[in-house]
Amino acid sequence: MTKSSFQIGELLIVELEHFQQLLDALWNRDFAVYGPTVKDMAIVHDEVKAVYDFPIGWTDEQEAAHYQLKKTGNGALFNYVVGPHTWKKYLFPPKVSLWEAKKEGALFEILPDKSSPPKMAFIGIRACDLSAIMIQDNIFTKGDYKDSIYLRNRKNNFILAVNCTKSGGGCFCISMGTGPKATKGFDLALTEIIDDKRHYFLFEVGSELGGEILSQVTTQAAGETEKQTVEKAINQAKNQMGRALDTRGIKELLYDNSEHPRWDDVASRCLTCGNCTMVCPTCFCSNIEDYTDLTGKLANRQRRWDSCFTLEHSYIHGGSVRSSVKARYRQWLTHKFASWIDQFGTSGCVGCGRCITWCPSGIDVTEEIKEIRRSVKVSTAV
Amino acid sequence: MATVLERQIKMGDDNQNPMHPKLFKVMKVRKETHDTFSLNLEASDGSGGFHFQPGQFNMLYLFGVGEAPISISGDPGVKKTLTHTIRAVGAVTKGMMKLKKGDSLGVRGPYGTTWPTKEAEGKDVVIIAGGIGLAPLRPVIYHLLSNREKFGKTVLLYGARTPDDLLYVQELEQWRSRFDFEVLVTVDRALGKWQGNIEVVTRLIPKATYDPANSIAMVCGPSIMMRFTVLELMKQGLTQNQIYISEERNMKCGIGHCGHCQIEHIFVCKDGPVFRYDAMVELFKKRDI
Repeated sequence: MTKSSFQIGELLIVELEHFQQLLDALWNRDFAVYGPTVKDMAIVHDEVKAVYDFPIGWTDEQEAAHYQLKKTGNGALFNYVVGPHTWKKYLFPPKVSLWEAKKEGALFEILPDKSSPPKMAFIGIRACDLSAIMIQDNIFTKGDYKDSIYLRNRKNNFILAVNCTKSGGGCFCISMGTGPKATKGFDLALTEIIDDKRHYFLFEVGSELGGEILSQVTTQAAGETEKQTVEKAINQAKNQMGRALDTRGIKELLYDNSEHPRWDDVASRCLTCGNCTMVCPTCFCSNIEDYTDLTGKLANRQRRWDSCFTLEHSYIHGGSVRSSVKARYRQWLTHKFASWIDQFGTSGCVGCGRCITWCPSGIDVTEEIKEIRRSVKVSTAV
Repeated sequence: MATVLERQIKMGDDNQNPMHPKLFKVMKVRKETHDTFSLNLEASDGSGGFHFQPGQFNMLYLFGVGEAPISISGDPGVKKTLTHTIRAVGAVTKGMMKLKKGDSLGVRGPYGTTWPTKEAEGKDVVIIAGGIGLAPLRPVIYHLLSNREKFGKTVLLYGARTPDDLLYVQELEQWRSRFDFEVLVTVDRALGKWQGNIEVVTRLIPKATYDPANSIAMVCGPSIMMRFTVLELMKQGLTQNQIYISEERNMKCGIGHCGHCQIEHIFVCKDGPVFRYDAMVELFKKRDI
């Protein structure tokens, strides 16, 4: 069945053998296509050239401070949860030049940036990560000042979301209201199904562009059985959710307990390595570094990801505002789960669980918050 | 072809990069103390005029070295010249100390909230500064003095470490010689010919003449000085919403994107640097946030 376009909200079936057509349709429209691939025994995001680049037959096992890839042998493309990479590396790059300037005598001028905005297609964004992108949209594009680099990178995106049919040990998207099914912000969303006889994808059209791209692919109308199968599969992810977080009154809970003994406890385990901030899909802190060439005539300002776990982050003449590990861990957790709500109207956490998996000492944010809540309940009950 | 997300985020104007500084030329360098200096700047494209409100700051860029947030210390009524008073404490500010007339500097701004000059009209105004904290308050003083009839009693209480650390000494003397401006100065320690006060600036508060019930206080200085100043002002009868303070934090962008200047839910760069004390009182109680 081919059509010039599909309507937003339409559901279509694509068989595995036709999945490559989707990538071809994107290349035909000059998109650089980024998707999941296996590298150094982790599923990361990189440019993909064919379906064969996908993590076919791989799955991941995750727990606090534990990540392990395993072969399943079932040939699934998307049978994993989230890896150490987030999509922000394309939109808010880890290191990027802000501008270059050239000195002429006592004056200098900023050199014009002649590069054109990239056209990027992202394949396999999970519902939690899609929420994270919308959270960063909020930070970089909604205020009085817009971040030019983010806008450029965000401008021409194609987003193919993938609904989760399994959850990882660190996952708690249900608690944060972000998943496991993508509900908005995508051009296309798919759910992958493998049963005894078939390996197919149920696609949902999310935008005009999504409808046009999908019309270039061999599809068939989705039947009731297939829709039910997909619903069941997504429910399975809900039921497997590795973790949960009670978010009721979480802002006040953290604001009111800034001197709770649990902060000292977690500070004794935290290495301030900053891994949690590097793998977090919403963390947005950055630093700027200045360079000159050897002649001293050409200067470059580079922005790079920063972490509130470093001492330099809060340094002003005389010392760091948050000199203790306790103060820095409290800043990160309180920002993510409490002050973010005041600043941007949403939580800064999407429940992807990366910070739990990639913390070398296995610190679990859900556990830390639960402990604070438990003792507060106990003390008010007394 | 617009994607659904593109429609949602309503793209802004690409050409206006808020991280691009405007080029300014150094017109005059003035040494204030052994480590502090003032720069008079003018836009080098000749566009002339820099509009700001007392209390705001700029990000100043020294070619190849970096940027620093520096409050504006000049007269808001003089549009042609932009003045900054800078203490040389880090690589960028130490580099700026070497600037000479004719050199150039990048400027982004003005950023941040302002001192409550409108709210203060019809009231007594008490300005309390510690050290370099006088710099962001000097635009208020200029504003008060050129609109003197709009305000009640005006008081400046200024403390520095030693007599050699006092900023704007000539101007302090000019201001003190006016009959409509009470200026009290103190130092923490002094040698030789100093005949003025030797005590902390908070001790000057009970000595000044103003009506606590009908006044606005504007305070800027080291964090410990501001804490005790606020306590003393409240002891004198001022309420939390009559007191304004200016905060300082590490800043890399000035526009709410880099994350460095947060104090709990506050971004000092865009929610501050000037705050009414009632917005800060709970945060003042917390340590290292």
